[in-house]
Amino acid sequence: MSLTGFEVEIQREVDGGLTTEDMTLSMGPQHPSTHGVLRFVVRADGEVMKEAIPDIGYLHRSIEKISEKVGWHGFMPYTDRVDYVAAMFCNQGWAMAAERLASIEVPKRAEYCRIIAAEFNRIQSHLLSVGSMAMDIGAYTPFIHTVREREYINDLIEELCGARLTFNYMRIGGVAWDIPPGWREKALSFLERFEPLIDEYNALISYNKIYTERLRNVAAISAQEAIDYNLVGPNLRGSGVRYDVRRDLPYSVYPELDFDVPVGSGELGTLGDCFDRYMVRMREMKESCKILRQCLAQLPQGPVIAKVARNFKPAAGDCYVRIESARGDMGWYVVSDGTAFPHRCKIRTGSFAAMSIIQKVSRNLMIADLIAVIASFDLVAPEIDR
Amino acid sequence: MKFQYVPVLIAFGLGGLVAAVFVAAGMFLGPRRPSPVKEAAFECGNPPSGPAWGRFSVKFYLTAILFIVFDVEVVFMYPWAVLFRPLGVFGLVEMSVFVLVLTVGLVYVWRKGALEWD
Amino acid sequence: MQELVDSLVADGFVPGGLPLWVAYLGAMLVFGGIVVFVFILPIAGITTWVERRVAGRIQSRIGPNRTGPAGFLQWLADGIKSVLKEDIVPSAADVPLFKLAPYVVMTGFVAAFVVVPFGGPLIIADLNVGILYLTAVTALVVVGILMAGWASNNKWSLLGGIRSAAQIVSYEIPAGLSILPVVMLAGTLSMQGIIGHQGWAPWTWHVFDNPFTFFAFFILFVSALAEGNRTPFDLPEAESELVMGFATEYSGLRNLLFFMAEWGNLYVIGAVVTTLFLGGWQIPLALADHPVPRIVLQFAIFFAKAYFWVFVAVWLRWTLPRIRVDQMMIMCWKYLVPIAFVNFMGTAVWMVLFPAGVPAVRVLLSLTAAGLLVAFARRVVFHVRRALLTREELSFNPLSTARVMSRG
Repeated sequence: MSLTGFEVEIQREVDGGLTTEDMTLSMGPQHPSTHGVLRFVVRADGEVMKEAIPDIGYLHRSIEKISEKVGWHGFMPYTDRVDYVAAMFCNQGWAMAAERLASIEVPKRAEYCRIIAAEFNRIQSHLLSVGSMAMDIGAYTPFIHTVREREYINDLIEELCGARLTFNYMRIGGVAWDIPPGWREKALSFLERFEPLIDEYNALISYNKIYTERLRNVAAISAQEAIDYNLVGPNLRGSGVRYDVRRDLPYSVYPELDFDVPVGSGELGTLGDCFDRYMVRMREMKESCKILRQCLAQLPQGPVIAKVARNFKPAAGDCYVRIESARGDMGWYVVSDGTAFPHRCKIRTGSFAAMSIIQKVSRNLMIADLIAVIASFDLVAPEIDR
Repeated sequence: MKFQYVPVLIAFGLGGLVAAVFVAAGMFLGPRRPSPVKEAAFECGNPPSGPAWGRFSVKFYLTAILFIVFDVEVVFMYPWAVLFRPLGVFGLVEMSVFVLVLTVGLVYVWRKGALEWD
Repeated sequence: MQELVDSLVADGFVPGGLPLWVAYLGAMLVFGGIVVFVFILPIAGITTWVERRVAGRIQSRIGPNRTGPAGFLQWLADGIKSVLKEDIVPSAADVPLFKLAPYVVMTGFVAAFVVVPFGGPLIIADLNVGILYLTAVTALVVVGILMAGWASNNKWSLLGGIRSAAQIVSYEIPAGLSILPVVMLAGTLSMQGIIGHQGWAPWTWHVFDNPFTFFAFFILFVSALAEGNRTPFDLPEAESELVMGFATEYSGLRNLLFFMAEWGNLYVIGAVVTTLFLGGWQIPLALADHPVPRIVLQFAIFFAKAYFWVFVAVWLRWTLPRIRVDQMMIMCWKYLVPIAFVNFMGTAVWMVLFPAGVPAVRVLLSLTAAGLLVAFARRVVFHVRRALLTREELSFNPLSTARVMSRG
C-alpha cells in the first residue's frame, strides 16, 4: 500500500517533529538599503537570520590596476572613484604617497587647503551616512534635512574645485586651485549655520525612542573584537577604542590643530552597538567644524603647489601612507620602480574591513537589524570593491 | 429588516466591480510585452533561488493560538457589553471572574515565555 | 437608508406601482455607487496628495505642485500613469490567488464604508452590529495582503504577508478591547446609536467620559494605525527592509488597488475613532433648523474630525522611524493588551459606581485635553516665531555673497 503525498507529509511530521526550513534570501545587489550594489546571502529562519554572508565584487573596476597604466599624475581622477562619497581622502592618500616617494615638500598653504577640503568632505560623508541610516530605519525626514546641508557643502567644494562629487582637487605637490576670494567667509558662514543644526539633528532623530530602541544593543562589538577584525575609523571608535590616524599617526598639519576624538561610550546600551557608531559620526561632525574653524583662521599665505616635474618619476622604492578617511584608516601602499608609471598600488579601505565582521555580528539578529548594521558601518560599495 | 444586509452585498459587489474596472482598464490601455526575465520573481537582481513556499518559521504560532483564544473571548464580551447597563453589578462580577481567568492565562503565557522571540 | 426611501415614497418621488423592495434596492445601488465613486475613490486619491504635500512641508521641500493648483490633481495623474503601466504576473506565482488578492483587498475596503456614517441620516446601512462588522471586514484587507504575499512566490512578499498577518492578529485584540468601553457606555453596536449616545459638546464625548476611555481612545488609534500598516507599523511594506513587502511583485493597476485601499483605510480609521470617541457628526441643534444645511454641517464636522486623524497619521509617518517585528509584538502583548484590559474593566467598575457618569471628571478631562492642545499650539507658535526671528541665523543661504557683504 503506497502512501499519498499528504500521508507522506504526515509521516515525516511524526518521525521528525515539527521542523521549519531555512529560507535563503538574497539581499542585494538591487535592494533599497544596501547602499549601492552590495549583496548579502541571508540564511534566515523566519525573521531571524542564521547568518548573512557578504558577497562582494559587484562594483569592482580594477582601479588599482589602472594606476599601473595611467601614470602618476593621470591616476588622480581615478582615485575619486575609489570612494566617491569621500573622494578628497583618496586624492590626498595618492598625493601623499607620491610625495613621500619623491620626497616633495608640500607648501604650507596647500596642506591647509587639503585639510579644509578633506574636513568638509568628512562632514559631507557623515551627513549622508547618518541621514541614510535614519532612512533605513524607516524615518524619511532626517535624510532630506541632512542632504540639504550636504548640498551647501557641495556648493562650497564646487566653488573650490569645480566638481561636486568626484573632486580631483589635489595634485602631487599641492592642490589644483587656491581658495577663491570670498570663499573663506562663505565657509565660516556655513559653519555658523551648520553647527547648531547638529544639535537639531539630535533633537530630530538621534534620541527618538523608536530610533534608539532599534539601534541600541544591536550588533554590539567589543573593543577587542573590533581590533581583531581590523575595524577602523568611526566603526572602531564606536567600540570605545580611541584611535584616530589624525591624532595617533599625525600627517599634514593635524599636529598643529586642536581637536577631540569622540568614542562610543555605550550610553544607551552595550558598548559598540549600532547607536554608538551612529553617535560617533554625529560628534565627529562637530570636531570637523572645530578643525575647519582653526584651519580657516590660521590659513597661511604662499603658493598652493610645489614645483613638480610634468614627467614625474619618483625614485624606486615603496611606501605606505595612512590617512583618516571618513570611513577610517585608509592605507595606500605604492611601489615605484623609478619609471613614469607606478609599479603597484594597493588601497586598504575601511568598508572592506567592516564587511568581514558582518557575518559574525549578524548571527541571530533579525532581518530588519541587518539593515541597521549595514547602515551603522557606513558601507560604501565602491570602496569595498574598488 | 432583512434589507439591512443587502447594502453589504452591494458593497462587496461594488468593491469587486471597482477592482475589475481598473484591472480591465489596465488590460486595454497598458502595454503587454512579457519576457521570461521580466516574469521572474524579484530577488534583488539575482536569478530566483527556488520557490518561496518553504516551511516557514513565523515564531508566531503561539501568538496565533493566543490570538484565537483572546479574540474569541473579546467577541464573547460584545453581547455582554451591549447589555452591561441593565446587568449592573451582577454583570460586573460575572465579567470580573471571566477576565480574571483570562488574565491568569495571559500571565501564564507571559511567564512561560510565549511572548518572547526565540 | 430605509427611512430616507420611506420618506421619498411618502412624498411621491417614487412611482407608486413599483414594489417597495425595488425602490429600496435602487436607492441602495444609487447611494452606494455615489459613495464609492464620488467619495471613497477620490478620498483615497486625495489623501495621497495630502500626504505628499504634508511630507513636503515636513521635509522643507515643496512636494507635487505641477498638476493642477498646488498639485491637487497629482493623484489623478498617478492613477492614469498606473493604468498605462504593464500588468506583470510572475510566471512562478500562484496565478489565480495572485490575481484574486487585489479584489479581496478592494472588497474589504469598500465594504467597510457600509457602516461608516457621513452625517445625520447619511449612512449606507446602519447595521445593528455596526462596529463588529467593521472590525470583521477590515480584516479582509489583511487576508488580501497575506494572499498577495503568499501567491507572489517571492521571499520578500512572503515575509511582508506574514508580518501583516502577525500584526493584524495581535493588534485586533487591543483594538477590540478598546472598543468595548464605548459599547458598554452606549449599549449598542450600531454606529449611529453610538454617535447618538454622545452630544456635540466635547464633555459629552465618550473619550472624556472617564479616565479609562481616555486611554482606550489612544490605544484604539495606535492599534488602528497598526492594522492600517502605517508608520511606525509599516512592517509589511517596509521599503528599506523588504523592498516593497507584499506588493513587490505587483505592478501597475493591481499595485494601485493595494495602495488605494491603504490610503482609503486611513479615512476609515479616522471615521471610526470619530464615531466611537469624538462625538461623530453631532452638532448643536440650534445651529441649523432646515434638514439640508443641517446634514451638510453634520457631514462637514464629521469629515473635519475624521480627516484630522488622517492628518495625524500622515504626520506620524513622516516623523517616526519603523519599529522592529519583535518590538511590534512585545508592544502589543505586553503593553497594549494589559492596558486595554484595565481600561475596559475600569470602565465597567466606573459605570457601576457612577451610573450617571461624573460631570466633574468629564469637564476635567476635556479641560486637560484642551490644555494639552493649547500647550502644543503655544509650542508651535514659539518655534515658528523663533524661526522667523532667527531667519537670518538659521534659514539664510550660507553661500550667498550678499550676506557676506552685509556681515563684512
